[in-house]
Amino acid sequence: MRYLPLTPADRAEMLGTIGAASVDDLFADVPEEARLSGPIEGLPMHASEMAVERHMTKLAAKNLSAGSAPFFLGAGAYRHHVPASVDHLIQRGEFLTAYTPYQPEIAQGTLQVLFEFQTQVARLLGTDIANASMYDGSTACWEAILMAARVTRKGKAVLSGGLHPHYGEVVRTMAKFTGDEIHSLATGLTAEPDDAAVIGAIDEATSCVVVQYPDVLGRIPDLAAIAEAAHAKGALLVAVVTEPVALGLIEAPGTLGADIVVGEGQSLGVGLQFGGPYLGLLGCREKFVRQMPGRLCGQTVDAEGKRGFVLTLSTREQHIRREKATSNICTNSGLCALAFSIHLTLLGGEGLAQLAGVNHARAQAMVERLTRIPGVELLNHAYFNEATLILPRDARDVVRELAEREILGGVSLSRLFPAAEGLDKALLVTATETTSLEDIEAFATELEALLVGVPA
Amino acid sequence: MNAVNAGGWKPTMGETGESAVPQTASGDYGLMLEEALIFELGAKDKCGVDFEAVDRAPASGLSKFLRKSAPDLPGLTEPEAVRHYTRLSRQNYAIDLGPFPLGSCTMKHNPRLNETVARLPGFADVHPMQPQTTVQGALEVIEQLADWLIALTGMASVAMSPKAGAHGELCGLLCIRAALDARGETRDVVLVPESAHGTNPATAAFAGFKVQSIPATPDGRVDVAALKEKLGPNVAGVMITNPNTCGLFESELKTIADAVHAAGGYVYCDGANFNAIVGKVRPGDLGVDAMHINLHKTFSTPHGGGGPGAGPVVLSAALAPFAPLPFVTRGADGGIHLVEEENRGEGHSQAFGRMVAFHGQMGMFTRALTYILSHGADGLRQVAEDAVLNANYVLRTCEDVLPAPFAKSGPCMHEALFSEAGLAEGFSTLDIAKGLIDEGFHPMTVYFPLVVKGAMLIEPTETESKAGLDRFIASLRSLAERAKAGDQSLHSAPHFAPRRRLDETQAARKPVLVWQG
Repeated sequence: MRYLPLTPADRAEMLGTIGAASVDDLFADVPEEARLSGPIEGLPMHASEMAVERHMTKLAAKNLSAGSAPFFLGAGAYRHHVPASVDHLIQRGEFLTAYTPYQPEIAQGTLQVLFEFQTQVARLLGTDIANASMYDGSTACWEAILMAARVTRKGKAVLSGGLHPHYGEVVRTMAKFTGDEIHSLATGLTAEPDDAAVIGAIDEATSCVVVQYPDVLGRIPDLAAIAEAAHAKGALLVAVVTEPVALGLIEAPGTLGADIVVGEGQSLGVGLQFGGPYLGLLGCREKFVRQMPGRLCGQTVDAEGKRGFVLTLSTREQHIRREKATSNICTNSGLCALAFSIHLTLLGGEGLAQLAGVNHARAQAMVERLTRIPGVELLNHAYFNEATLILPRDARDVVRELAEREILGGVSLSRLFPAAEGLDKALLVTATETTSLEDIEAFATELEALLVGVPA
Repeated sequence: MNAVNAGGWKPTMGETGESAVPQTASGDYGLMLEEALIFELGAKDKCGVDFEAVDRAPASGLSKFLRKSAPDLPGLTEPEAVRHYTRLSRQNYAIDLGPFPLGSCTMKHNPRLNETVARLPGFADVHPMQPQTTVQGALEVIEQLADWLIALTGMASVAMSPKAGAHGELCGLLCIRAALDARGETRDVVLVPESAHGTNPATAAFAGFKVQSIPATPDGRVDVAALKEKLGPNVAGVMITNPNTCGLFESELKTIADAVHAAGGYVYCDGANFNAIVGKVRPGDLGVDAMHINLHKTFSTPHGGGGPGAGPVVLSAALAPFAPLPFVTRGADGGIHLVEEENRGEGHSQAFGRMVAFHGQMGMFTRALTYILSHGADGLRQVAEDAVLNANYVLRTCEDVLPAPFAKSGPCMHEALFSEAGLAEGFSTLDIAKGLIDEGFHPMTVYFPLVVKGAMLIEPTETESKAGLDRFIASLRSLAERAKAGDQSLHSAPHFAPRRRLDETQAARKPVLVWQG
């Protein structure tokens, strides 16, 4: 077996050294009735690299990959071009096959990357500080709500109707068990986001309001106004960013007054990967540092006075505090954080602004072309790279029929919000720098063909 | 130095620096390369990416949201960036460089076929919300991996979406909460052995339970009598690690499970150490109701310097109905379907909710399935046998120089546990660990489990050769002898790493978490 270095002679010699007659003697503490006498029946035996690769390649070929068709999906996961060097660098064995940097003298590579990542994330989100990553945006969102409850000592969170519905589901699932009160606002097809409803829902018992920016329909809430209203009642603003590339063009949430900013970092460096692994971002005000979940990397010096980095403030964490920890998170998204950090370093601030500009321009071209189709209307006039269209017929059917024509034509809002009323004809469409004008034309042509003859 | 270093940063040599070594002007020493921060190297207007020109102004609706200037983020061109990260990578130890015997962490070789497969566009470049007809292959990967995990554990079902081990623990405990709710019972206590991973009590608290600790017996196993005494109408369940963190198989697990079930509770098994028994024992045969499987441990997906992991949770028939959404099932039409919120009525109406935005760690599923298919049922069994053989070899070749507190409790499983007892006055586990760095090895897990003072938990894994183990053992024995003899040079180890011992107290007292210029 190609991954097992011990030879039969090694095994025999080692058993002799140990003083065991056979390897089964080493399993003597397993009750005999629970010991399997041979390989589990019905399962295949070992296979060559070539055979396994062939099997997996066949499975991969059954999927329609985003790059092989005109592609317009977003809704919390975005297809961006990842520079080739990113994937080469994260596959260096020293990064790929290292563990959590618990021995800092021989993990300065990972630790310095984390320190750089934390600084990049804080600057991008407009917060004082950021942690070393969470699992994904949705779990970071729940952690932010818990954190706000610890900071304010209140337990009611208000969720904007513009929050990604899966994030809302994660929050409501967890809150069922912890007893936190969650006030979820409805999602409606309005051109403007639900800022007024969010502000109206804040009361003295509110620990935080959770507002996605841009929201799941592509609209852009006025974070500054919401922050002011929240702070007036002693509540925090938790801003959620699912498309960090947007922050190259629109103001950072922390700058607008958000107290905690969480995000999904997948857009930079990570890729679509059918939903995971992704990268949770979490930044906040410095005064909340001891209430933060997850790992933090900090600067220090070594015994010779050289600058170095260590994991720090671990008295918040499970391996020290056990049941009193701020979170149970241990393993996070380290390698995705590395990919994000490299991609952002290749961009730089001006480059990120340019990338955001290209995204927005592509989205403008997409919206203009699609709304030339009779009966297709744009819902939100303020958008970054994602907007909601109202079609003359059920958008779920349209998405399915487009897929039959090998067009991946957006996400229907009724798939995102299956329980909501009145969203049937709404289609969320996204364009990024990877979207070509030819893709847009192909999409428009097929969409128009599907909608022909349908009364608006 | 790499690129323009606007800040003029270079490493300083402290007063305790070794005087025999001449200072270089660059701060580098041959292949020992220092590296500045991107904030010292880069500039906001530097860029390693080229863009198509944009010939239009932003839409008018966006104007009031526009930022006034580009984000203050340093950029590097591609050659500078490649050099920066490559130089940083060389300051890391990694499995690719040598043994990484962190107990409980299972640092085994990461096969490169797994990386190749995960990057096939059909897996890597697929959106989680694509129409299901266009992702049948991805759903089939989830189904095939799920089938393997069920077969290897002898359980009824598996929840695939948890993102890592601790997230899997949470999933398992929430299934237990949901099952109790369905029975109309409120039980708010979870029993956790004192030798457990820190995530266990943290997860129980995160899921809204109160934690009660269970002591260990002198032979390193759960005190079954003490556990039985705590059982009662308020106990929702127990969390047991098997093999446990002392490296021992919990021989009484079935007895414990029977008692817990008789008292109306459930058994959660921390599967972090499943790699020791995969293919040899099925947890389902021992009365387990839920167990997470760290794909990044048993099934070799890379740890990546701290993640990502993946923590599918296998479930007994009693808990299976409560598994969270989304859920993959095969329909009567032969197609594979994703059960989400809208169609949960189709046989999954009792799901306790949703734990993640999408479908879990697909990139880890493809790697783990590739690994499992490579080994097959026979190879996985050999994996467990070799992992246990290697650990026992370390235990029996070192127990004469380092005390092994449970050596008389029988063979160990996949990890060997030693203590610092018997070292010279003032010498501790930390000195052995840092000494191992100078020997060219990654240290073992130290000061865990908490039930042993100065614990050293060594997990060689099955991917170490005998020759490699013999070198490691020789170094460990040498260090034990030096620490017993009071060799003061150990206190200042490591001497040959990119950094000497780091001041963790200063880091925590005045936290510097972002670059301050």
